[in-house]
Amino acid sequence: MYRICEKEVLAPNIIHMCFEAPRIAGAARPGQFLIVRVDERGERLPLSLAGWDPEKGTVDVVFYVLGTSTMKLASLKEGDCVLNLAGPLGEPTEISHFGDVICACGCFGIGPAIPLIKSLKDAGNRVVTVVEGRSRSFIFWEDRLRSLSDKLHVVLGDGSCSEPGWANEFISRYLSEGNRVDRIFVHGCPFMMMVVSEASRPFGVKTVVSLTPLMVDGTGMCGACRVEVGGETRFACVDGPDFDGHLVNWRMLTNRMKQLVGEEDLSQRLWERRNWHR
Amino acid sequence: MSPRVKMPKQTPELRRRNFSEVALGYSKEDALREADRCLGCKKPGCVEGCPVGVEIPQFIDALRRGDADEALRIIKRRNSLPGICGRVCPQEEQCESRCVLARKDEPIAIGRLERYAADFGRDCRRARESTKGKRIAIVGSGPAGLTCAADLALMGHDVTIFEALHEAGGVLTYGIPEFRLPKSIVKREVDYVRSLGVKIELDAVVGRTVGVQDLLREYDAIFLGIGAGAPRFLNIPGENLGGIYSANEYLTRINLMKAYMFPDFDTPINKGRKVAVIGGGNVAMDAARSALRLGAVEVHIVYRRSEAEMPARLEEIENAKEEGVIFDLLTNPVAFEGDGMVRAMECVRMELGEPDASGRRRPVEKKGSEFTMEIDTAIIAIGTTPNPLVLRSVPGLRTTRWGTVDVDERGRTSIERIWAGGDIATGSATVISAMGAGKRAAFDIDSWLRDGGEWRP
Ligand SMILES: Cc1cc2nc3c(=O)[nH]c(=O)nc-3n(C[C@H](O)[C@H](O)[C@H](O)COP(=O)(O)OP(=O)(O)OC[C@H]3O[C@@H](n4cnc5c(N)ncnc54)[C@H](O)[C@@H]3O)c2cc1C
Ligand SMILES: Cc1cc2nc3c(=O)[nH]c(=O)nc-3n(C[C@H](O)[C@H](O)[C@H](O)COP(=O)(O)OP(=O)(O)OC[C@H]3O[C@@H](n4cnc5c(N)ncnc54)[C@H](O)[C@@H]3O)c2cc1C
Ligand code: SF4
Ligand code: SF4
Ligand code: FES
Ligand SMILES: [Mg+2]
Repeated sequence: MYRICEKEVLAPNIIHMCFEAPRIAGAARPGQFLIVRVDERGERLPLSLAGWDPEKGTVDVVFYVLGTSTMKLASLKEGDCVLNLAGPLGEPTEISHFGDVICACGCFGIGPAIPLIKSLKDAGNRVVTVVEGRSRSFIFWEDRLRSLSDKLHVVLGDGSCSEPGWANEFISRYLSEGNRVDRIFVHGCPFMMMVVSEASRPFGVKTVVSLTPLMVDGTGMCGACRVEVGGETRFACVDGPDFDGHLVNWRMLTNRMKQLVGEEDLSQRLWERRNWHR
Repeated sequence: MSPRVKMPKQTPELRRRNFSEVALGYSKEDALREADRCLGCKKPGCVEGCPVGVEIPQFIDALRRGDADEALRIIKRRNSLPGICGRVCPQEEQCESRCVLARKDEPIAIGRLERYAADFGRDCRRARESTKGKRIAIVGSGPAGLTCAADLALMGHDVTIFEALHEAGGVLTYGIPEFRLPKSIVKREVDYVRSLGVKIELDAVVGRTVGVQDLLREYDAIFLGIGAGAPRFLNIPGENLGGIYSANEYLTRINLMKAYMFPDFDTPINKGRKVAVIGGGNVAMDAARSALRLGAVEVHIVYRRSEAEMPARLEEIENAKEEGVIFDLLTNPVAFEGDGMVRAMECVRMELGEPDASGRRRPVEKKGSEFTMEIDTAIIAIGTTPNPLVLRSVPGLRTTRWGTVDVDERGRTSIERIWAGGDIATGSATVISAMGAGKRAAFDIDSWLRDGGEWRP
């Protein structure tokens, strides 16, 4: 059992949770993820690490409430427990002194961007962060992003700010202006990571994405998480989740993520009907 | 000589639609009658055929006297997981093949009797305080790890198992289906191992959550029983379409995650209508029979050699046929087609040519025999390879060219204080051979911790 020591609603349907998990907190590195199983009947739900504190023995996640498992998790309160928490899983993000880097993030991806930016800074990089959202209310942790990065750009899809648009548009613009960029990191939904990769492709700037295929065990045992990168099949849970966005077969990724939508939909509707009071 | 007592089973019509155990087990009368056939040999061949050396004539004698408790006690002197072995050991190749009666008549049904004793004998718990003060870490809670842990605990050591998943048991829990090995049986036998004082840490992925180097610092010895869990694929076009599973994924969803009870359990699975299972081993049979039970209209086993070369146990092939699995032999898939989800599988017919290195006749393609099979689900059951996760994290650990860990006959690896055994050392094998390896390693760990000596001369 792993206790929830903090819960906070950050934006519409986006929740931050902090768990007591000393073993994981001591081993975590940027780019890794956890697998949460809420209860006896629960599925294994992968979530990226959005922070950790080895002293306190806690780990943080930020998740978007989407279907059964995320709703179940969202219905828990501070002090409640989840049944299982395994991690840290996946290969840590490769970090070194690249020079000038961009971190693009949005939605739940703002979570894992935080520890990433921290360690990129520790390695001596100049970090420009671009955070996207449909409107201001979808942006959270803006202060933290600002204080960690050398420069923060907030781009809003509804145009209600000085830099309207989305992260991919920002990156096209930024690169066309001739700014030096040695590497780009992207955390967000598959669509956002795809369009950001497309934006940087013509400029040949290596773009690292953190893929979110369906997973079951997260230890390389089942192959559910297979993705195609550079024409080769890789297991995202042990070979990734970080891959070169210019080499990812995005169509295959999104198709495979839709494999079980019918079942997921049924499961969610039943859960909502049984738990309308929560 | 009276005939071997038959095992009562659910009828094929009934069982092909439920996940309850197929073989129902001996009644007391059945067990007494079968036990009566045993000659109680002075030099029993059967014992030599058992990789853990269960004292077979002695336990059968106890059953004959109607004492299942005593029978179980005798079995557990050698085997901590009898309810499991009695069900899934390939007895026809092991203990039973060496029974004297096998020569002229039918051998004693040793496995069925072992199962009877395990199911009806009262558990004899022997919790002990750690007396020797040595601490041992076991990585993986499959049959190899559980056996090694149980034996070391019985010798008085302080043992902790680290398991990556949220449930102990390894393949017993995530792979072998409920209808062959009920999970309640696995749970009971895992609980028995716990009752000996063994601690089991779940959600502990060694190589990630804790490193092998950390374990070496904290423990006197390490046993790696991490199995050969990484699935192999065919590497043909279209294999990454939706609806194409490795047998590991398919069976894990069903057994570990209980997708057969979806939506009561949250993990979903594609309930295929027309399912193709590629492979000819026990795993393929398990996947095919599971697909039927999920409600598939048609389930095909697609295998590139003929039935004679199938590695699956005869009994499992028979069971699958009785339940209505269709066998497409001498057939090989060459591509999958579909748009998002798989819709069809391109195949070619094969014929058998000259024997290959394994002594089996090599299948070769028949020219112009291509055909298409409409399917909506495919399960690839062509074997597994060692999962490199742990091995990568231990610099200097010697592996073989098959990726398995290199061990000597005692289970010692190339690194002092690290032993290994089971599928990680042999490649996919059997439950009982993994247990045998766990047992040999436990014995060697105990003596090495006592006497030391040169590691691997
Ligand atoms: C390595 C990794 C890191 C992730 N990090 C985060 C994160 O930090 N925050 C966050 O909000 N989400 C993250 N996700 C996605 C998250 O796992 C899914 O949103 C979640 O599983 C949805 O589950 P559900 O039952 O609530 O919804 P469902 O209704 O079951 O599913 C909705 C959609 O989510 C995807 N999904 C479903 N099950 C899984 C699964 N087992 N594994 C992966 N995707 C699945 C599918 O595309 C599905 O159509 C991550 C995924 C991976 C693989
Ligand atoms: C579907 C199927 C059916 C089978 N049927 C039979 C049968 O009828 N009869 C028979 O005799 N054999 C059968 N087998 C084979 C048999 O199950 C295996 O040979 C046996 O389980 C091997 O035991 P093991 O202890 O070596 O490994 P496993 O049973 O594979 O256990 C390894 C354990 O280690 C854990 N692990 C792996 N990596 C890590 C890590 N990094 N950290 C922590 N833990 C880790 C795994 O999660 C797993 O629990 C079958 C196999 C399958 C897949
Ligand atoms: S453990 Fe297996 S091989 Fe040994 S006696 Fe029992 S059934 Fe036979
Ligand atoms: S060899 Fe056969 S008859 Fe003899 S003791 Fe063993 S089981 Fe009994
Ligand atoms: S999630 Fe099973 S292999 Fe990656
Ligand atoms: Mg779900």
